Amino acid sequence: MTDLLELDNINRKFQVGEQTVHALNDVSLRVSRGDYVSIMGPSGSGKSTLLHLLGLLDRADSGHYRLDGQDVTALSDQQQAEIRRDRIGFVFQFFQLVPRLTAIENVELPLLLAGVSVDERRQRAETVMASMGLADRLQHRPDQLSGGQRQRVAIARATIMQPALLLADEPTGNLDRQSGEEVVDIMEQLLQQGITLIVVTHDHDLGRRAQRQLHMVDGRIVSDQRNGDSA
Amino acid sequence: MLAFALGAINGQRLRTALVLLAMAIGVAAVVVLTSLGEGARRYVMSEFSSLGSNLLIVLPGRTETAGMGAALMVSETPRDLTIDDAVALMRHPLVSGVAPVSIGTAAVSWRQREREVPVFGSSAAVLPIRHLEMAQGRFLPDADLDRAQSVCVIGGNTRKELFGSEAALGQWLRIGDRRFRVIGVLASSGSSMGMDPDDVIIIPVASAQQLFNTSSLFRILVEGNSRDALPQVKAHILRTLKERHQGEEDVTVVSQDAVLKTFDRILQALTLTLAGIAAISLAVAGILIMNVMLISLAQRTAEVGLLKALGAAPDQILRLFLTEAALLSLLGAVLGLLLGLLGTFLMATAYPDFPSSAPLWAISAAVLVALLTGLLFGVMPARRAARLDPVQALMRR
Repeated sequence: MTDLLELDNINRKFQVGEQTVHALNDVSLRVSRGDYVSIMGPSGSGKSTLLHLLGLLDRADSGHYRLDGQDVTALSDQQQAEIRRDRIGFVFQFFQLVPRLTAIENVELPLLLAGVSVDERRQRAETVMASMGLADRLQHRPDQLSGGQRQRVAIARATIMQPALLLADEPTGNLDRQSGEEVVDIMEQLLQQGITLIVVTHDHDLGRRAQRQLHMVDGRIVSDQRNGDSA
Repeated sequence: MLAFALGAINGQRLRTALVLLAMAIGVAAVVVLTSLGEGARRYVMSEFSSLGSNLLIVLPGRTETAGMGAALMVSETPRDLTIDDAVALMRHPLVSGVAPVSIGTAAVSWRQREREVPVFGSSAAVLPIRHLEMAQGRFLPDADLDRAQSVCVIGGNTRKELFGSEAALGQWLRIGDRRFRVIGVLASSGSSMGMDPDDVIIIPVASAQQLFNTSSLFRILVEGNSRDALPQVKAHILRTLKERHQGEEDVTVVSQDAVLKTFDRILQALTLTLAGIAAISLAVAGILIMNVMLISLAQRTAEVGLLKALGAAPDQILRLFLTEAALLSLLGAVLGLLLGLLGTFLMATAYPDFPSSAPLWAISAAVLVALLTGLLFGVMPARRAARLDPVQALMRR
């Protein structure tokens, strides 16, 4: 069986004023199914760009990206959107909940986009939220929730389509220590269900919890370590 | 999808309310203005139909040259229409009435009071032809047209102004340099074609010709037995007058229908013009919708980025924003419709004589145009939303 993610010689450049920034410089990477990977590095090292690229939010200037054996580099926007919807979940630093929707409506959004019926949406959303300890927060609006609760709503939303890949961008960056712990616990539980988790973070404690740790500097992966216990 | 768009609209109440108001005013303007135009048209139509629809009007001189081909002969000085012409026209089985008309204005006085009043010289036949009704007394006697009797029938308003509260019947009043006895007063029943029965004095046509020192007629009204007889009657008129005028066809015969149609066309154009002016406000409302959608997009950039990250395809985003624009314009249109119908209703209540009601085509056109402008001006912001780069969009908070 092939690896879930296969990146070959990926390059991504940005034009910032007069300068060209080489955000990803000939990056090649394999990530196998069910793996838990953290990406660390200083600001501007390209780790967020890499995450966006993995999540098909951005396109490489050159190189190839295969997701689950399928070359997704050349797919149309439409096809990429479908892959994002069905196979990839995102968790963001600032939660990105829609403020005018209730918690459960936020969780239902991907199902809405996939055209799932109202009843099934509600039922699936309730199940997922209950598993994250949010059963009594269904009808709350985001501004009525604590940071930790908001991020759990975001995770519920990211996983409701049962994606193969969960991408988290500084998921604890905006949370206090205890809420951050809860959120990380929940994400790590998802690993047991076979999800592949990739976390971008500045937080070394969080980074070290991953089985596989990538360090990036200036658009290159400079180190690729595995935790002793899982190697 | 619809619920989502509704939620988005509901999320920005003030802006939504303003756009709805603009759209509503646009639609209401179309409804009210077209119903004004329609009302004017119907008003004029009903005024004219009181003239009688079996009527042909004979005018001296040829003003219409169409359809005559080689037979048309240009006469430099058209012969006048005379009383004898009118008498000649009576001799046809399909003609039910002929009324010669001579018109002028004269100073009319009774004791110390004097008024300038339109004087209408005609015959007994004009009473049924013009659908006139008597309030007091009787109409002109059915005598030979060339008898210049010194009797007159006066309009209600004229009676009031000259006689005040005194009895008018049987009184002698002075018209120009002649004296006439009042034998009847007209009821005020709808003015028609340059003659308000309230404000007129009717005298025998021969008397009018003496008064104005002329032997010609202003026109001759000919009534046919039925509507179907009109073409034959028209031919009869032309033939008869051509014979009498040394073979020259120097009169014009206009049917009531032709006059009606002309007015109908003119007023229809007026209505359309009003609708066009109102449509401009619809376009302005459309631009407002675009503006609101653009502001909405700017504020919800992160949301669009999120939806993309969650797997919304570009055309889903497009549809979402278009739905929002369509909802805005639809709600605005419905609101405007209610407003417009209310306005029309108020107008109808305030002026019951004026039959103002919005035509169905205008209502449906207004709503349709509102929807179209909403969608049209929604396309640009929607496409911009669909093309948004998700990474950039998500970074903006």
